[in-house]
Amino acid sequence: MDAVVLKNQLNAHVASMFTAGFLDNQFKELQMLQDDGSSPGFVREVVGLFLDDAERIVGEIAVLLDQPVVDFDKVDACVHQLKGSSSSVGAQRVKLSCSQFRSYYEEKNRDGCIMALAVLRNEFYDTRSNFQIMFQLEQQIEACS
Amino acid sequence: MSSVAGGGVVGAAAPASGGAPLHVLAVDDSSVDRAVISGILRSSRFRVTAVDSGKRALELLGSENNVGMIITDYWMPEMTGYELLKKVKESSKLKQIPVVIMSSENVPTRISRCLEEGAEDFLVKPVRPSDVSRVFNRVLH
Repeated sequence: MDAVVLKNQLNAHVASMFTAGFLDNQFKELQMLQDDGSSPGFVREVVGLFLDDAERIVGEIAVLLDQPVVDFDKVDACVHQLKGSSSSVGAQRVKLSCSQFRSYYEEKNRDGCIMALAVLRNEFYDTRSNFQIMFQLEQQIEACS
Repeated sequence: MSSVAGGGVVGAAAPASGGAPLHVLAVDDSSVDRAVISGILRSSRFRVTAVDSGKRALELLGSENNVGMIITDYWMPEMTGYELLKKVKESSKLKQIPVVIMSSENVPTRISRCLEEGAEDFLVKPVRPSDVSRVFNRVLH
């Protein structure tokens, strides 16, 4: 496929991620760092780290909530960590899901936490899918060059 | 960019103004945040070493004499950024190194405690290139 067509698809996809709230301004900051030429591949590197981190943390939270006695302090630490990393890459919907999680673990509400984890997990999966589409388009564009 | 033991990342940068680039030590237990702060610092032409704990930061500071600035996350397991700040300021060898604290939480008592202990500034995450430029320009000039 023509590189111009692919670039248009990529731009439209990224724009839709912003419109749908998957991304916020912090992602634009990371893009600008990459675009200034000093760090090619920077966005892919950072997002890759985030996706690995997030997958691990979501898994850890699930294990914690599955215990007979839930350690809500550890749940707090996990959610705090994920909120931080999602904020740093501009993954807004994941970040917001983490914020919504807080009240449940502060109340030591296990059922509420399980519900919040389901929401968080869905937001993470959707965010990841969107990032994967973005990177696939970038790879196709690079292949055309 | 190459990796060193302990989760460190070294990035070389072009000289800032005819001399060697300033060597900044970035400390954060989050691999994502280490990558982000390293990217921001590299784009500003600093030389960066990134480590994942206060303990590794102190090890590096003990073995290298050329660290010109430390930027550290506040909330880390085992040794917080505040505890690292205190150790740096208590050391006759290290106390002149400017230290900047980063945190995802905007807690006034935390901020004032760090500034009272000698931190140059306190950045609320997510850290942006403009934050780093503002702080580093002020501290280094």
